[in-house]
Amino acid sequence: MTTGSPTPGVTRSAHEIARAVRNGDESALSVLQEHLEAIGSIDGEVHAFITLLDDQARSDAAEVDRRVAAGEDPGPLAGVPVALKDNLCTSGVPTTCASHILGSWRPPYDATVVERVRAAGAVIVGKTNMDEFAMGSSTETSAFGPTCNPLDLSRVPGGSSGGSAAAVAAGMVPLALGSDTGGSVRQPAAYCGVVGVKPTYGAVSRYGLVAFASSLDQVGPIARSVADAALLLDVIGGHDALDSTSLDRPPSRYAESLCLLDAGGHAPGEELVAGLHVGIVEELVAGADPLVARSVRAAAESLASYGATVDDVSIPELAYGLPAYYLIAPAEASSNLARYDGVRYGSRVDGPDVEAMNRATRAAGFGDEVKRRIMLGTYALSAGYYDAYYGKAQRVRTLIIDAFSAAYQRFDVLLGATAPTTAFPMGAKVDDPLSMYLSDVCTVPSSLAGHPAISVPFGRAEDGLPAGVQVLAPALGESVMLKVAAAVEAAGASIAPEPK
Amino acid sequence: MSAGLDQPAERAGLTGSAALTSEVAAYVARLARIELSAGELDRFAKQLGAVLEHASQVNALDTGDVEPTAHPLPLRNVLRKDEPRPSLERDAVLAEAPASEDGCFKVPRILAEER
Repeated sequence: MTTGSPTPGVTRSAHEIARAVRNGDESALSVLQEHLEAIGSIDGEVHAFITLLDDQARSDAAEVDRRVAAGEDPGPLAGVPVALKDNLCTSGVPTTCASHILGSWRPPYDATVVERVRAAGAVIVGKTNMDEFAMGSSTETSAFGPTCNPLDLSRVPGGSSGGSAAAVAAGMVPLALGSDTGGSVRQPAAYCGVVGVKPTYGAVSRYGLVAFASSLDQVGPIARSVADAALLLDVIGGHDALDSTSLDRPPSRYAESLCLLDAGGHAPGEELVAGLHVGIVEELVAGADPLVARSVRAAAESLASYGATVDDVSIPELAYGLPAYYLIAPAEASSNLARYDGVRYGSRVDGPDVEAMNRATRAAGFGDEVKRRIMLGTYALSAGYYDAYYGKAQRVRTLIIDAFSAAYQRFDVLLGATAPTTAFPMGAKVDDPLSMYLSDVCTVPSSLAGHPAISVPFGRAEDGLPAGVQVLAPALGESVMLKVAAAVEAAGASIAPEPK
Repeated sequence: MSAGLDQPAERAGLTGSAALTSEVAAYVARLARIELSAGELDRFAKQLGAVLEHASQVNALDTGDVEPTAHPLPLRNVLRKDEPRPSLERDAVLAEAPASEDGCFKVPRILAEER
């Protein structure tokens, strides 16, 4: 069906691995070995990783095994191999953002999410490929070359967290972290047939996540099931004093509530969604390829059969999400990326004075897409244009938030496509930035509102590639969002079994 | 050299329409401190012009009495306890810099010589 599919990887869930390691039934070292072998046989073709951390992973796994032997509990992710997008700072380990401008920079500290994942007993196996500075929707703007979609090597894995999504989809790791500014976790998850979560803005610490657009960036989990994604979300979420936009809330226990429902076999869809009011958002379906739109409709029908009330809803303001996003995100990026000036870290190209050095360094270090975004943002913020572009976009952002609020008066969750198409061919959009940007049209509205959203695969579209269904919820609505997503997942698995 | 950075947008040709000339692109590239070739300026101007045209769709919405949103959370000042705690090691930070001297970041000269 697909061309050049590589060797199948490991398919066991994070829940299963952590249970076996905590019980002492299996060593973290043998789990790691199995996954490193999968990476060895698959990643030559897929290129999901920029940096592999075999040695550090082996010593971390040995430490997990030592703790189990000593009767300690290493934590909810005991021995689970995890991959990190390469814009998450790892102490002493290169963090490239897939850019030449950072050179061989090794951060002197760990991101909060990295500390938390490790403290939960996970074993970090490597840093994954991405669009340069998370700017892109295909992982083709990486300075280290593209990642291939493991389901069809001639297609993109989506982006910008394409390496993380591909690593999970190919069975090289059960869990990965990505970052989502305008859809960068959800869209690659959809293209690779896995689950990706963009949490509520402020639910997960951004400390140590290299900044792109600070009012939009959130770290999110990628997994092969909703329950596994929830498990990782529980570990990374919660207040962090090092991020002033971190919400002061106790840690979540989403995985537990999903798994309790799972105790007697499979989660009955009725227990997950009966009585809920679900809205299918016309603006998030109408523009989508019929292959994808059909999956969203079918997922909604399944929810209705489980006892949810499903209605169509139109939210016209969402159509302005994309143009507003492509003014706001580049504006914030142009400011955030001013720090790459050849002074404090990364590479430098010398010049006769400091400004010439800055210009030459940035010309040599940034790729085309990053230059375009910085230019766009600088333009939108420049004197005489601020009100017409950036100011206007910020007002449109308010209208989008208000329109969502009105919809959530009626609906518990909203449903739409994650992306308008399935994974597109490599090279199809690299020279046409606007057409590339249009692949974010369904994911940016929740980002602008700071709301949570999740992409769940729902079978395969007629082209043989997975179609992502997006479940959107109001701020801090992760609990209901994950339950609906679990019901969509269960229904998708029953109508369209994964090809073996 | 840096005098150009104070130049008003109008004098650099920033007026009215969303169309982006390569002269405007050159002005923006200078503001952003990115050295670009004539070919790059021409290509970026065309690509960014198309994006700006799409972005100007936001003008279809009436936002007369709508407050701008800078941030999805209700903004408030966040204070922490004023307790001393260790910062990053200076040597570890400077070790990652392209050039350093006497505990400082080192850069090429900033002020032009007298002429």
